Amino acid sequence: MAKLTIPAPELMRAGHSACPGCAPALAMRLMLKGLGPRTVVSVPACCWTVIDTPYPTTALGVAMLDNPIESTGASISGLRAAADALGIQDLNILGFAGDGGTADIGLQALSGMLERRTDAIYAMYDNEAYMNTGVQRSGSTPLGAWTTTTPVEDGARGKAEPKKDIMGIVLAHRPVYAATVNPSFPEDFVRKVEKARVLRGPRFFHIFAPCPPGWRYASDRTIEIGKRATDCGIFPLYEVEEGRYHVTRKGGALRPVSEYFQAQGRFSHLGPEDVARVQAQVTADWERLLRLENGT
Amino acid sequence: MTLKVMSGNYAQSYAACLARVQVISAYPITPQTSIVEKLADLVASGELPAQFVKVESEHSAMQVCVSASALGARTYTATSSQGLLLMHELLHWAAGMRAPVVMGVVNRSVAPPWSLGADHADTMSQRDTGWIQFYAESNQEVLDTVLQAYRLAEDPAIRLPAMVSEDAFYLSHTLEPVEVPDQSLVDSFLPARDARAVLVPGVAARLGSFTGPQQYVEFRREVAKAMERVPEALRQIEKDYQSLTGRFHGGPVEYYRAGDAEAVLVTMGTMTTTARTVVDEMRAEGHRVGLAKLRLFRPFPATEIRELARRTDRIGVVDRSFTFGAAGAAATEVAAALYSGPHHPVLSNFIVGIGGREVTPNHIHAMFDRLLAGKGPEVQWMDLPLPPEEVAHG
Ligand SMILES: Cc1ncc(C[n+]2csc(CCOP(=O)(O)OP(=O)(O)O)c2C)c(N)n1
Ligand code: SF4
Repeated sequence: MAKLTIPAPELMRAGHSACPGCAPALAMRLMLKGLGPRTVVSVPACCWTVIDTPYPTTALGVAMLDNPIESTGASISGLRAAADALGIQDLNILGFAGDGGTADIGLQALSGMLERRTDAIYAMYDNEAYMNTGVQRSGSTPLGAWTTTTPVEDGARGKAEPKKDIMGIVLAHRPVYAATVNPSFPEDFVRKVEKARVLRGPRFFHIFAPCPPGWRYASDRTIEIGKRATDCGIFPLYEVEEGRYHVTRKGGALRPVSEYFQAQGRFSHLGPEDVARVQAQVTADWERLLRLENGT
Repeated sequence: MTLKVMSGNYAQSYAACLARVQVISAYPITPQTSIVEKLADLVASGELPAQFVKVESEHSAMQVCVSASALGARTYTATSSQGLLLMHELLHWAAGMRAPVVMGVVNRSVAPPWSLGADHADTMSQRDTGWIQFYAESNQEVLDTVLQAYRLAEDPAIRLPAMVSEDAFYLSHTLEPVEVPDQSLVDSFLPARDARAVLVPGVAARLGSFTGPQQYVEFRREVAKAMERVPEALRQIEKDYQSLTGRFHGGPVEYYRAGDAEAVLVTMGTMTTTARTVVDEMRAEGHRVGLAKLRLFRPFPATEIRELARRTDRIGVVDRSFTFGAAGAAATEVAAALYSGPHHPVLSNFIVGIGGREVTPNHIHAMFDRLLAGKGPEVQWMDLPLPPEEVAHG
């Protein structure tokens, strides 16, 4: 029998208020399985503000602190400083923020936290738009995707600009550890979190996080869409430790990106030329990643 | 107790050090810089065993303090002008989270145009954030007030952040003799922070959270009630401080020769020192004039102002900033406090000293003269070229 590698204890309770099929909810669950109960999590304005349920309840089995949307990086620096000043040991400090709160309005505080080498984990769950405010584009929304601010109508074909490369931005700060994870691959996810947990210094996770209402697909397809994203190379799984790349999932030849696009309403307007353009980019990015891994 | 000659900024730094702050975070801005440079020295030399988090903005500085405070640390930051404006969102967070952060503010005008001079536009823009606000007149008062602010902010019945303001350059960069209390004395006045009711590692709880209208109002009301408890708590704290140091700064309002005065100027910060000399001169000439210095602006000492109105027929409020479309902020507050009281003296508002323009004895004298002469326009800008622009305010 295969050995179960994911810890059984749950630090996120069933009584949360995420939509059915919400990958950001799954992501928190897996993150806390990897980190354990000695964790304080700081959460900015995002879907997770609501998912955790209103006062006086909480869906988490750990201590949670709210912070404004743009200051998660500073918040975890403050938590670590207090823990050090008060002699609180063996404490994981986690910032858990959306792509808007990280790659856009929170980028400055993230950069500050990385640069001053805060001993904490920053996790960005990437549902590729501002979901909490009703699916507006973010810098992390991919090229061509429909959102309420990148409409699809006469002449407009969804977002006209490509997605911001948050891993590239983070890696330019030379963090101790940075990895991409995807709840569709939970063993890989938790293994990376457990690895990061025992390292000291700034650590970063880029979490792939499908959102059924925002991406316009049926809520029972989250895991399948996540798998397709990785298997077609749109969201490759890798980790970077002290500058060394390691691709943690190589499932043979990449699947065509059309398989990923087909499953989601937000891409349904894309024609064969649009898909071909993305395919060329994804293939080139994948090859570049393999070269980085080989050090060539 | 040792007597040292120091700037208002160093008075902030030494007070934070004496308070044994545990987490400091700040971003530089003129004229606040020497506060945090001194603290950086004290931390680097080991004299102050604190964590100093060097951040990339004031916004992050305040977030560091709020989050560190949530885990139970005693925190300090300092800023000025634009930096304080950038913190605005976080100021609401600190108060709403009941984080007893103490902050030094060097009052400086706000841009545009860029200007480094003293005025109160920066802190007045923050008066609705739920912070306790002190305005100091001397470097000694700065040091003493920072220590008192920690006791007040961390009082279990209050738990609100507090800012201690000092006028740019007039205090921040001016050397004055300051009596520095011994550490043992400060320790007996200000015990370590009671870390109860904060986030505990390993315990499922959420600080901040979100609510519907059913509970939100109660949270706001709690902040309001905590504010209401400040004046009484401050009086007790000052008593304790006085018994240890012999120094007393007057509680929420400090009066100067106001007991039998027929005209009183309400002042804030360093202009008060100038005004004291004018009062003495005018008294010598037989004019019954006096001062009421607002040491506390938030909560606003309405009770004291009503009491003042019982004894005096003419009140002039001196504001070192102007609220566009209205009047000076202090004047508006004084008027509001008086309306619901039984006594309605003649009220004038004098705008002076904006952008660091000097407030001279002549200005103060002119204010008293106008006040004694009768009812003038409600808002008068005192230091424009003659004749002074007078703005009717209805
Ligand atoms: C300063 C500020 N601006 C705007 C908002 C409104 N707001 C709340 S959540 C949110 C979107 C967050 O998007 P993201 O970080 O991607 O998280 P998601 O909602 O997708 O979970 C915005 C814009 C805010 N809370 N604060
Ligand atoms: S909108 Fe999307 S991210 Fe937000 S709770 Fe629903 S599924 Fe999750």
